Amino acid sequence: MRRTVSSATGTEWTAPAGPVRYGRPRRTPGDVGRTVVRGIGQALVTAGPIVLLFVVYEVWVTDLLTNQRQGELSDELQAEWGDGTAGQTGGTFTGGPIDVEVGEPFAVVHVPRLGENWSRVVVEGTGTAELEDGPGHYVDTVMPGEQGNFSVAGHRVGRGSPFLDLDTMRPGDPIVIETAEGWFTYQVLGDAATGDFASPSGIPGQQVVTPADVDVIAPTPGGAPGTAATGKYLTLTTCHPKYSARQRLVIHAELADARSRADAPDGPAALRED
Amino acid sequence: MYTWIWRHLPGGTAGKALLSLLMALVVCAVLLFVVFPWIEPMLPFTAVTVDPGSGQ
Repeated sequence: MRRTVSSATGTEWTAPAGPVRYGRPRRTPGDVGRTVVRGIGQALVTAGPIVLLFVVYEVWVTDLLTNQRQGELSDELQAEWGDGTAGQTGGTFTGGPIDVEVGEPFAVVHVPRLGENWSRVVVEGTGTAELEDGPGHYVDTVMPGEQGNFSVAGHRVGRGSPFLDLDTMRPGDPIVIETAEGWFTYQVLGDAATGDFASPSGIPGQQVVTPADVDVIAPTPGGAPGTAATGKYLTLTTCHPKYSARQRLVIHAELADARSRADAPDGPAALRED
Repeated sequence: MYTWIWRHLPGGTAGKALLSLLMALVVCAVLLFVVFPWIEPMLPFTAVTVDPGSGQ
């Protein structure tokens, strides 16, 4: 039956014929099934970009955050060290123990091979939190310039990627450690003329080891952890291959020069060469 | 999930598209700066130290 209705404006409107319906059509089990399947599909399609976003995070965002931290740590050290003329002039200069808490910066590592003016602030400790700020010093190893093996771990990819190109290091390359007291120049072990990492001392300039091989940070690299040191060494560790943590890439270097800040206000010769 | 969100966003198609984009950006930001830093230490592929505890 057609009904005629008068609206507020006075015009007439005729309702359609047939029973009046209220609400949506009833949901069938088929509808529920289709919704579930569609939901699973959408969840899977969503998961893909999230995983890709994680790669973006690892490779790019952590670099941003760490570079910011490095800037802060660098300012902190420069303020602490003043104008860089501390320490005695003349005479022999040797490294000594540096008392610093885990997480605190205490040195700057300069590696000309890794880039022009390449440097990173080194913090004490090799835990996850410490390594997020930059390369970290293994707490059970000696300090720069001391008899023994000054060892530092650093990330390969992400978190500033400090040791990304560690595989490009060659025998004889200088690694300079700057501390409050002075500059310690280490040289990568091996024959600089031939590029062979094997050295007379038996310690290779570069090696790839398993993650459990702690001999590389022993007082004499490659020796048993408890034995006495036979020299002043520096060891860098990072993961290997580049995007994996299956192995460790290790660089060994030996102390070649040490001078106080007062003796070398502009840094050692190795940093002024290039 | 997405059709439900779309239906419940206010505005016309242009408005919904803009809001969808904003929501996607907010989700990305939350993931990148909150969720990922939180789960990252639990993942095994970022270890760079030598340590006697590693079983590999």
